Amino acid sequence: MSASQETLIKDFGKPSFWSTLTPFDWLWAALAASGAAYVLYRYGAVMDGYETGILVGVTPLLIATGWYWKPFRVFGLAVAALSLSSVWLYGAQLANAETNFFLQYLLASQSAVMWMSALFILATLSYFISLFARSDYAGQIATTLTWSAAAAGLIGLLVRWRESYLIHPDVGHIPMSNLYEAFILFMLITALLYLYYERRYQTRALGAFVMLVVSAALAFLLWFTFDRAGHEIQPLVPALKSYWMKIHVPANFIGYGAFSLAAMVGIAYLLRERAERVNPQGVFATRLPSLEIMDNLMYKAITLGFGFFTLATVLGALWAAEAWGGYWSWDPKETWALIVLLNNAAWLHFRFTKGWRGAPMAWWAVGGLLVTTFAFMGVNLFLSGLHSYGSL
Amino acid sequence: MSTAIPSARRSAGAWIEFLGSMNLAITLLAALAVSSVVGTVLQQNQTYESYIIKFGPFWFEVYKALGLYDVYSAGWFVFVLGFLLVSTSLCVYRNAPGFVREMRDFRLQHSARSLRACAQRAEWTVAAGAQALSAPLENYLRARGFRVRIKPQGAGLLLAGMKGAVSRLGYILAHVAVVVICVGGLLDGNLPLKIKEWRGEVRLETKPGILIADVPQESRLPASNRSYRGSVNIPEGMSTRDIILRVRDGYFVQALPFEIHVKDFRTEFYDNGQPKSFESDLVLTDPERGQPLEQTISVNRPLFYKDFAIYQSSFKDGGSRLALRARLLGGGKAISMEGVVGGRYTLNAPGGVLTLELTDFRLHNVKSAPPGSGKKFVDIGPSFIFKLRNEKGEALEFENYMLPLEQEGRAFFLSGVRSNENMPFSPFRIPADAEGGVEGFMRFAGALRDPAQRAKAAEHVASAGPSGARTLGETARELLERFAAGGFAAAREYIRTKLASLSGEQREQVARAYGALLQDALQALYANLDLAQVADAERRQQFFQDAVDALGALPEYGAPLYFELADFNQLQASGLQVTRAPGKSIVYLGFGMIVIGVFMMFYLPQRRVWLVLSEEDGRTRVLFAGASNRDPLGFAREFETLRDGLTERLTKL
Ligand code: HEM
Repeated sequence: MSASQETLIKDFGKPSFWSTLTPFDWLWAALAASGAAYVLYRYGAVMDGYETGILVGVTPLLIATGWYWKPFRVFGLAVAALSLSSVWLYGAQLANAETNFFLQYLLASQSAVMWMSALFILATLSYFISLFARSDYAGQIATTLTWSAAAAGLIGLLVRWRESYLIHPDVGHIPMSNLYEAFILFMLITALLYLYYERRYQTRALGAFVMLVVSAALAFLLWFTFDRAGHEIQPLVPALKSYWMKIHVPANFIGYGAFSLAAMVGIAYLLRERAERVNPQGVFATRLPSLEIMDNLMYKAITLGFGFFTLATVLGALWAAEAWGGYWSWDPKETWALIVLLNNAAWLHFRFTKGWRGAPMAWWAVGGLLVTTFAFMGVNLFLSGLHSYGSL
Repeated sequence: MSTAIPSARRSAGAWIEFLGSMNLAITLLAALAVSSVVGTVLQQNQTYESYIIKFGPFWFEVYKALGLYDVYSAGWFVFVLGFLLVSTSLCVYRNAPGFVREMRDFRLQHSARSLRACAQRAEWTVAAGAQALSAPLENYLRARGFRVRIKPQGAGLLLAGMKGAVSRLGYILAHVAVVVICVGGLLDGNLPLKIKEWRGEVRLETKPGILIADVPQESRLPASNRSYRGSVNIPEGMSTRDIILRVRDGYFVQALPFEIHVKDFRTEFYDNGQPKSFESDLVLTDPERGQPLEQTISVNRPLFYKDFAIYQSSFKDGGSRLALRARLLGGGKAISMEGVVGGRYTLNAPGGVLTLELTDFRLHNVKSAPPGSGKKFVDIGPSFIFKLRNEKGEALEFENYMLPLEQEGRAFFLSGVRSNENMPFSPFRIPADAEGGVEGFMRFAGALRDPAQRAKAAEHVASAGPSGARTLGETARELLERFAAGGFAAAREYIRTKLASLSGEQREQVARAYGALLQDALQALYANLDLAQVADAERRQQFFQDAVDALGALPEYGAPLYFELADFNQLQASGLQVTRAPGKSIVYLGFGMIVIGVFMMFYLPQRRVWLVLSEEDGRTRVLFAGASNRDPLGFAREFETLRDGLTERLTKL
């Protein structure tokens, strides 16, 4: 008996996590690790301790993300391959962007961003088609387009990073310093967050709504590029020359992205909620995920946003302590970050402890987008302060 | 009496109830958010003048009373903050014990009946004894991250599993963090100073631009002060023991317990002129420390010492020495003088006594390069900025460049003029002479001012002219006189009066004749100067034209003098910010707690599962149930996988 008991116990156990990893998982890990190792070997000399720390910290995160969210591996490898080939095509000559066919039409930062724009527009259209024409095929296309757009955007940023160094080693910096770069980052992260939840919740019906925000951002980006030449790479002001930027800014944009996602799901929620009363046979009532799922998704997105925005604000304070001489100066930007946090804290408490659900919370999430948007752009446009780097 | 006590206790309880209540918490969170907005839309800590201009006297007073010019230390704002503090503390005080208990409590009192109420449920009947099943099932749960407790229950067993109990810990961390952060922030805030001010122990100094040494004792804060954040400009090679704390429309002088000496200050610029980096070599001498502490600081690389931090925040001119040559625009010799940026000097000019205020010196002036020059930017060299003030106190501001600037292939000395700070400088161009200096132009200007020379030039024109030359010479002289006095404008005016009698197209001709006459007269005047000349006749003519243009515009220049920068010795001042923040480490602790706590709450939700094994004649009924404190859908999904796993294994038995 006892022997069989042994096997029985074993059988009720669980295969170890490691044994669940596929060869592709290991390939991904190997490539990510060796990439990081190469960067250390090649540029270690010019990186300061913090930058090395960031790199060493980010690599496992990257690997884990790929393991936890499988499609991300393909995305990551594609982006890496294309960005590297772009860097290779550039060599040491910025001018190659004019002469080399692939750079000119595909892989130069500006071209990649233009591809991103086109793909995002197409993705938005496809999502709408799939929603209203009730076509799953269009939905699949939309998903692919969104992935490609995100890839193009990330490539654009990475290559821009390289280009800034080609302009002049002094000018070189990570592309997170002005509104143009911020907007690409925002679209990219919002899209990726959406893609994650799309897979998690097995529904494409929300794509149309989320892509609306992205398209709005895109409209601004294009205006900013063509009207204000916002895409030109400018040297950094001394205050921005800090490793903090490399972690503070991304954390912020995960926050912004998640909050906008929540708001757009909120809109979808309200539409379905109404449709169920008005015409139960309509697209909104039939194609959109159930109210319960959307409510849950809204909550998930806001918690994600709250977590990262808290982190970002804290990092911002630590940075401010080094650059401005105090961890908190009530500068408009940081104050608005606090406002965003307080607003969402109130939201979470309402929902969590009063058990509120449904339309009011959805309206609140949508309203929250206005607050977030103001913190993101309004401050730069209308208020003056220490943060006036990313101003128009 | 006897009833008073319990009722009092009850009311105290009611207070705690209210203060720790969620409704209040949410109200406070919202209130704080809204009041924070005020300080961002209304620029804080500007001068009262600017506010009066913005809002007018009435609203200025209203806003002042509301403390809107420094919202974040206004009484009512601090009150709301304190309120949230109390509320959060009480909330933790009320919830924490329960949560901690809950973290240990596996809810072993549950029975099959009570568990059938759970949303997540599954049941199996298995041909095996409860005892035999318990070990495998325990392992099943443990392998999936649950802590497990087992309790015999009637003719069977209860296995209780729990996961993510730390989410409760997260709650405690995050909320205590809120309190910790506020307390730390309070330590670093200016509340003590406010109280001192309010009790009248200190007085805010509002006189602008007086020397630190002259600030009265009642506006000085002792080095013992625990927390502050001030700034100071220290010229290279100088030291300070005092810093300035800007408050509302004035400032205090804060004494430091140590001396800061700026040994050297360096700036680097990008080739578009934008500052790339600036850094200072500091020497900090603290009697308590013995040997001085030397360190180089730059933006983002401050010097930390005890609970002080010294930051590189800006730079300005620290009193550069300028060697100037003042030239009367009516000719005469150049007067050499020495000046220091920041200094004032009185001069006896023809128009009366003038005060020269040297306000700034710029070593580099980067402008976008003329197209086709290949480069994108050029540095057109040093310039200095000054004000000329007359007895009435009216001032004009000037920016003069040291080196001549190439324009349309000719060299000019630029001097910008403006009557107020918000206007751009309007340029006045003096053509460089054959030696590349202003001498030639100055002599020309001198000659024009000199009646004798004007007469001589008029003679010359007359003699060269046709018969009736008498009036011609006369006219030429008058023209020159007007031109000398009022430039082009005056000359034009003079001609207009002369033409009054004539008819339309006659005017045209005669006007042109007058123009030509003035031109000739100036030409003659110029010829008499016998300046050193360049060989190329065209260039010579070009210089003459440019000079005439400058002379014609001279009256608008507004100053009887032109200042040349002969030599300079730049001295920069390093703008430092000195912070004393004893609460910093506390705040940082809070930061750590809130981040960790929040992520714990969100991503380690508490999940409980129960397995009730009830044995009836050799067969065992297995009831599986679960519950979570957060994210029902997420848990439902997790429960399904757990359930399917069990189904697969149990049905094999
Ligand atoms: C600035 C102040 C505060 C912040 C930033 C904050 C933040 C948070 C966050 C992020 C959560 C998680 C919500 C969720 O998981 O959906 C939470 C939960 C909670 N908060 Fe607050 N909170 C604050 C003030 C308060 C106050 C004043 C109270 C007292 C009424 C309170 C009571 C609670 C309770 C009871 C929970 C649920 C904890 C649990 O069961 O896991 N919070 N808080």
